[in-house]
Amino acid sequence: MNDTATEIRSVIVEREIAFPPERIWRALTQPHLIQEWLMKNDFKPVRDHSFKLTAEWGSVDCRVLEIEPNRTLAYTWDAYGLESTVTWTLTPVKSGTHLRMEQAGFRPDQEQAYQGAKFGWQRFFENLEQVLARAD
Amino acid sequence: MSNAQDALFRALSDPTRRGIFERLCRQGEKTVGALTTHAGVSQPVVSKHLAVLKNAGLVRDRHEGRQTHYSAEIRALAPLADWTTEMAGFWESRFDALEDLLKRMDQ
Repeated sequence: MNDTATEIRSVIVEREIAFPPERIWRALTQPHLIQEWLMKNDFKPVRDHSFKLTAEWGSVDCRVLEIEPNRTLAYTWDAYGLESTVTWTLTPVKSGTHLRMEQAGFRPDQEQAYQGAKFGWQRFFENLEQVLARAD
Repeated sequence: MSNAQDALFRALSDPTRRGIFERLCRQGEKTVGALTTHAGVSQPVVSKHLAVLKNAGLVRDRHEGRQTHYSAEIRALAPLADWTTEMAGFWESRFDALEDLLKRMDQ
């Protein structure tokens, strides 16, 4: 991996949620529940299990890295040139649970960074990919 | 979201405007007249769209005699290429959906 072409960055989202960790854990690890808030999936709560998250815009390749019931769940998240790791951390607090999600990763190069523009905003920019492909 | 991104998203949210921008990306520099031929709207409307695109940094203009030539500024899309921006919005909305689900779940 060429250091000058890569840059590791991360996204962190944290929330206090008024439910105990056990309940959140079920939503994070049971496929029919994951489907309700994230995407269709073939998740299994087993370390090294490879699974896919699928949506109408495409799919995300994942593999379970770390699993500690009611506390930590980490998996890889590879999609559209983005190679990343998603880590969930559940900490019990008085009001329920402090839930933290950190996604850390990189894109190998600028061209794939442009692919990223279509990832989150696909409906917004229906033809952006084609435009960018032709624009170079 | 920063003001610059806000302007970008707003500029590209309109299909006619997006069409004009895409055309400039694909076919290079064009005059307002040339753009109007394919835009399906009147020349003043195309000019208005171009002003919005220019304001967002998506097009630049070049004056030559009485004609103004417009071209696409692809680099203006760079802020959209920052994956953390897209993913932050994605995860915020997923957190909302998760909280919704938690309320509905059986004990």
